[in-house]
Amino acid sequence: MANDVCVFAEVKEGAIKKVVFEMLCAGKELADKLGGELTAVLIGSNVEDLADQLAWYGASKVFLAENELLEEYSSDAYTKVLADIVREQQPSILLIGSTILGKDLAPGVASRLQTGLASDCINIAMGDDGKLTATRPMYAGKIIADLAFSDDKPWTASVRPNVLPVSPPDESKKAEVVKVDAAISSEDIRTSVVEKIVTGGEKVDLTEAEIIVSGGRGMKGPENFKMLEELAEVLGATVGASRAAVDAGWIAQSDQVGQTGKVVNPNLYIACGISGAIQHLAGMSTSKCIVAINKDSEAPIFQKADYGVVDDLFKVVPIFTEELKKIKE
Amino acid sequence: MNIVVCMKQVPDTESVIKPSGDGVGIKTDDLKFVMNVYDEFGVEEALATKEKAGEGKVTILSMGPDRAVEAVRMGLAMGADNAVLLNDAALEGADAFATATALAKALESMDYDVIFCGKQAVDGDLGQVGIALAEILNIPHVSLITKFELSDDKKKAKVNRQIEGGEEVIECPLPAVFTCQKGLNEPRYASLPGIMKAKKKPLETKDLAALGLDASAVGEAGSKTKITKAASPPERVAGKIIDGEETLEIVVKLVTLLREEAKAV
Ligand SMILES: Cc1cc2nc3c(=O)[nH]c(=O)nc-3n(C[C@H](O)[C@H](O)[C@H](O)COP(=O)(O)OP(=O)(O)OC[C@H]3O[C@@H](n4cnc5c(N)ncnc54)[C@H](O)[C@@H]3O)c2cc1C
Ligand SMILES: Nc1ncnc2c1ncn2[C@@H]1O[C@H](COP(=O)(O)O)[C@@H](O)[C@H]1O
Repeated sequence: MANDVCVFAEVKEGAIKKVVFEMLCAGKELADKLGGELTAVLIGSNVEDLADQLAWYGASKVFLAENELLEEYSSDAYTKVLADIVREQQPSILLIGSTILGKDLAPGVASRLQTGLASDCINIAMGDDGKLTATRPMYAGKIIADLAFSDDKPWTASVRPNVLPVSPPDESKKAEVVKVDAAISSEDIRTSVVEKIVTGGEKVDLTEAEIIVSGGRGMKGPENFKMLEELAEVLGATVGASRAAVDAGWIAQSDQVGQTGKVVNPNLYIACGISGAIQHLAGMSTSKCIVAINKDSEAPIFQKADYGVVDDLFKVVPIFTEELKKIKE
Repeated sequence: MNIVVCMKQVPDTESVIKPSGDGVGIKTDDLKFVMNVYDEFGVEEALATKEKAGEGKVTILSMGPDRAVEAVRMGLAMGADNAVLLNDAALEGADAFATATALAKALESMDYDVIFCGKQAVDGDLGQVGIALAEILNIPHVSLITKFELSDDKKKAKVNRQIEGGEEVIECPLPAVFTCQKGLNEPRYASLPGIMKAKKKPLETKDLAALGLDASAVGEAGSKTKITKAASPPERVAGKIIDGEETLEIVVKLVTLLREEAKAV
């Protein structure tokens, strides 16, 4: 309805993405200010069980679109289903997570609805103009900009994971589920997936990781990344890398942090053998705490690090892993 | 086989970017402008695809001010056959929606089987235009491609697309838009003969009238979002260098600080 805030509830392997809860908490405040309801859209196949979780974080209504053709994400089907629901419900604000999936979905939906999209937002608030104001980094985080929207609704924002706070859930809440007829046929989906190649396994994607251990050219070779894996294991962290390490072929492209890699916001970022080039910093300087391990005390990374260790990483990392094991026991 | 590469000229990634006096833009005086990195992947893939197919035409399509012609020439020097530059004061200040509107209009009078865009332009970092363009043109898109292969009948493309935790191999009918991710290829450099040849290649500049669009549909007027404030982020200050005689001593201090001060582990 007119003053509602609607959150797209992305599901991955049977679980709702954490950024969805972050958006619900922020969305609740926006809906209260607008005097509307907070709603969510849940799309997939066999996902109804997840609806209550959306209520725990404040959604009063969950629009549920189930169809076998929605089990796997496709740009065509998800764009159609989400855009159709939004057109019907006419919320004032639409929020989508700025995940790999969300980055594919949001521009098409906004374009189809002929509305503005602020992508990869780090803050969303009601502006003095009575519309949404979205805050987002530009120029790889060298500029932080506020965006205003035209009168066209819904004002759409894709929200960067791991930035907005989550309030504790109220697990006694039950969702009011509104089933939507997801009238999708296979002709609607113009592309077809012929193969899936799993490389990352179970690990949390860098963009959503709470702790990241990254290696650069100082790692000297692919075999040494095992050392970082061990440190990551103790911390429950995801391993990342600088472009130098990726271009050397030591680690996958999808693990690259930086301007031409992934932009990350973990609570803790541990940079091992990374000099801190401007394009690398662009991808990680919003980390809450940065640790740099580098044997060159002049390395630019120390200008950004909260804690610097000037030493040989091949000595530091194994001891670090052992010491952390002790406190984790 | 007609391949169009949408290309934007942007500040070099090394640039120091500062807000301008008006508080909504950036200082551009000292900036060095180059072809957007992700669009370089698009140009390379277009040229490689044409070479492999043994026929075809590669067109650079760009919207930008006068200086953008340099990046367009670079595309021609790399090997593109011709270029179209949309240049008009009315096109300035465009968000992704208004940009895609203008590019789509230009494409109306062009032949295209494949459109390559970058994953994002590293100025505004929007990551929207390619997908919005596909939506306006009512053709499919595949984003974040790391591999591109034309089918023998040239009616389809088989591409790898980055997803969370891996890749998907997708078949997509043409015409379609593909947004290029790093890993797709290694862009070639423009050779000296390439630079010389580029000077003679067709480069058409279109203003709003030639494009056939109303000023209200493009640029700032046609945009759905508008920057109201642009500021530098808070500076991160250098923290502590942890001292100690032995690696063990330093690491023990680090762990204590991470636990007690930063509460990060
Ligand atoms: C358009 C463009 C986009 C780019 N995008 C990215 C990007 O997205 N991400 C990115 O990371 N880079 C990017 N770069 C590259 C960037 O400019 C740097 O080249 C790169 O980040 C350097 O990686 P590095 O720090 O691992 O290597 P180096 O700069 O070579 O640094 C290695 C560091 O390891 C230290 N070291 C060596 N041995 C040891 C040891 N035994 N113990 C401790 N320390 C040691 C050295 O002192 C040195 O500081 C980009 C560049 C361009 C031009
Ligand atoms: N002004 C422009 N001219 C031509 N192509 C553009 C323009 N702006 C964006 N694009 C294309 O759209 C991609 C994504 O841009 P953006 O949505 O701005 O991040 C770029 O990599 C280009 O391929």
